[in-house]
Amino acid sequence: MQTNLQSAGGNDQLIKKKLSYTFNQLGMVIILVLLSVGMAIFAPHFLEMSNMLNIFKQVSITAILAAGMTLVILTGGIDLSVGSTVALSGVISVLITNAGVNPIIAMLVGAAIGLAAGAINGYLTAVPKLPSFIVTLGSMTYLRGLALVISGGYPLVLTNETFKFIGAGKILGIPTPIYITTLVYIIMFFVLKYTMFGRHVYAVGGNEEAARLTGIKVERTLIKVYSISGLLAGIAGVVLAGRLFSGQPTAGIMAELDAIAAVILGGTSFVGGFGRIQGTIIGVLIIAVLNNGLTLLNVDSYWQKVIMGGVIVAAVLLDRIRNRRRR
Amino acid sequence: METVLARKRAAEPHAELQPVMKMASVNKSFSGVQVLHNVNIELYKGEVHALMGENGAGKSTLMKIMAGVYRPDSGSILYKDSAVNWPSPMAARDEGISVIHQEISLSPNLSIGENILMGTIFPRNKMGFIKWQLIYEKAEAILRSIGSSLDPRAKVSTLSIAQQQMVEIARALSFNSEILIMDEPTASLTDKEIEKLFVIIDDLKRKGVAIVYISHRMDEIFRISNRFTVLRDGKWITSGPISDTNPDHLVKLMVGREIKDLFQRTYADTAVTTKREPVLELKDISDKKTVKGISLRLYPGEIVGLAGLVGAGRTELIRAIFGISALSGGQIIIEGKPVNIQSPSDAIGYGIAHVPESRKEQGLFPNLSVQENILMAQMHSYRNSGILQYDRMSQDAERFIMDLGVKAASKDQNVMGLSGGNQQKVVIAKWLSIGPKVLLLDEPTRGVDIGAKTEIHKIISNLAEQGLAVLVVSSELPEILGISDRILVMHEGKIRAELSRQEATQEKIMYYATGEIK
Ligand SMILES: Nc1ncnc2c1ncn2[C@@H]1O[C@H](COP(=O)(O)OP(=O)(O)OP(=O)(O)O)[C@@H](O)[C@H]1O
Ligand SMILES: [Mg+2]
Repeated sequence: MQTNLQSAGGNDQLIKKKLSYTFNQLGMVIILVLLSVGMAIFAPHFLEMSNMLNIFKQVSITAILAAGMTLVILTGGIDLSVGSTVALSGVISVLITNAGVNPIIAMLVGAAIGLAAGAINGYLTAVPKLPSFIVTLGSMTYLRGLALVISGGYPLVLTNETFKFIGAGKILGIPTPIYITTLVYIIMFFVLKYTMFGRHVYAVGGNEEAARLTGIKVERTLIKVYSISGLLAGIAGVVLAGRLFSGQPTAGIMAELDAIAAVILGGTSFVGGFGRIQGTIIGVLIIAVLNNGLTLLNVDSYWQKVIMGGVIVAAVLLDRIRNRRRR
Repeated sequence: METVLARKRAAEPHAELQPVMKMASVNKSFSGVQVLHNVNIELYKGEVHALMGENGAGKSTLMKIMAGVYRPDSGSILYKDSAVNWPSPMAARDEGISVIHQEISLSPNLSIGENILMGTIFPRNKMGFIKWQLIYEKAEAILRSIGSSLDPRAKVSTLSIAQQQMVEIARALSFNSEILIMDEPTASLTDKEIEKLFVIIDDLKRKGVAIVYISHRMDEIFRISNRFTVLRDGKWITSGPISDTNPDHLVKLMVGREIKDLFQRTYADTAVTTKREPVLELKDISDKKTVKGISLRLYPGEIVGLAGLVGAGRTELIRAIFGISALSGGQIIIEGKPVNIQSPSDAIGYGIAHVPESRKEQGLFPNLSVQENILMAQMHSYRNSGILQYDRMSQDAERFIMDLGVKAASKDQNVMGLSGGNQQKVVIAKWLSIGPKVLLLDEPTRGVDIGAKTEIHKIISNLAEQGLAVLVVSSELPEILGISDRILVMHEGKIRAELSRQEATQEKIMYYATGEIK
């Protein structure tokens, strides 16, 4: 009897130990499940297949941005420029498509513009060591400005069918953006876990000084991180233009904030070095379910914002409290 | 002077009837691993209580419980005759328990003065504004009382580790505490600063403060403590007056078995080494601040000790070689070829490894596992067409954990869950993993216990026999004397003397280190 009790206790401790590693994500998974159940009960159409696909399609832009944002936040930085990059990439790729450039090439140009914008952010953050907040606040503004200048402030209508396919098409009944998002996350998971670059991202985020003294090329790592974030924003811009049938200079306004919220909800810490891409998926889904559910429930769109903000703060707070209690 | 102090100490009555602090049957687990099992400790007014044990024995954990940083799972804490359950470290401090933590925990961007008085209520004027002048005056008074000439207005980020340690000490003294916990306060100090610290400790004892003193340096323990407690593997082994024991006996209690004397290197075949080409040669190198025109040659297979006081430029010299700080003049030559080292990664490319003086700031990745901390400098060799081979990484990590005797629950454990000494071993393992030609060591055994220290010395010595060249900085003279083939003594950025292992003695080194030259 006595030994039985003891071994039960030991088991319990083992489980606790395992849980402590996944706690952050687990807490958020619970919140996601509760939210979904709540929506399923109160919003009758929530669980329908078409609505589910809709959720994923709508959230794909935020999701793609959040994948890059996870990298940036893991290094202890922030990228405020991704929303503006979405606009610039969309505007330019549509503009040149309409001017007769091959749509595939135009889309690649859109992505490349994001890559270039990100590389500039990365260079300024890594080499003259400007704070990423300031650097990307600046680029957020000038990229948006460029998008407005180039488009003259009006949406550019997209007529090319190939281009539209990337945002609005379907393969086997499933919207193209969902494939793209899934691919981005699989690659990102792999990069973070199985490449030297991925581990260097964690090292630089955990202790930049130690990383430098360990021979890690910190500058190069940071430039790559911001470039990837920019590249993904460029891709998101192309996808969004395809979905909206236009390149809009006002696209992606505040999109960076949704991405940041998703990353933080996913358990990645602003301190740098702590977090996982799997967590970001959960964060993205929480935002998606909330957005979609509130719309289905006919909540006024202004009130939706109030609720969204409140839920984000509450979720992070809850998680923090639960973590603190474990000590 | 030493004997006078010692006699005085013996004459002092150190034990009153009632202990001021009594912890009994304390248990503590971290995520399922029990690290303290029914531990007891009693502190009396005016005593220095040596808390002894190997790395990972549970010393810091016990002290953190005493000071309210952690909560015990069970057990009692009786402070001044009443049971306490600290809600926070601040509560314990307000009741008179202050700590000098093993890991320096200053705010680098604040001034020395603010750091020292942090946690006290800052003096304010009627408008509610802080009276900075008063803060700096107060901080200055405390600094001067411990014989430090630091400027309280300077930022902490500009200080060396030893200087930061002095600020930590000053901070702990800024509270009028009844219990002062010192967790390896001397780990990066040299004899001169340590002497000052001991004078302060004597003074505090006379005022009736109970002091817990944790150190892996045996000579200190026997100089200043009155009583001792030994922990082994988280269990209380024994307590008693220090006069009832001796160093060998104490080590035996800590380790649970006999341990032979401190490591003595025997190799040192200078005749052979001088015939070879130096692997590292410095010609008249200077950095922008401290290092002034240093030349030296380091041959394969030899261990060269760098001695000197805090501020003599030993760390700065090593940092200049490793490409952390820029040279303002001179030439570095590796295996006969002049090289231009601009960054640590350049230095590593030339086969140079560097164990830095501060493991927390410069060595460890607090977010990563033991395994990744060990292999981070060597990641590139585990790639197979770009993909990291985790099974090979695991094998190597496990081998280093074994070789260096790192006490960890598993290789996947977060490195911050290790005890201080074991963290140090992880940093050393990281640099051994790159298979260097030149190994620069800055306080390599800081906070490492006697047994492990001997192991590390053996490993370094064996590597030297296979051709590794080692340049080692240590503020512990016995360590320098024990492992070096040659000793260079630095003073104010210059090399003042070169002593062979035969002629070197503590006295001679101190003589040159203090710059007392005709
Ligand atoms: N926060 C923590 N999480 C998990 N394990 C911990 C934590 N702190 C300490 N431990 C474990 O508790 C044990 C005791 O650690 P502690 O730091 O008290 O040792 P120590 O006696 O101070 O050693 P050292 O001489 O190396 O400083 C070690 O095995 C360590 O791995
Ligand atoms: Mg300790």
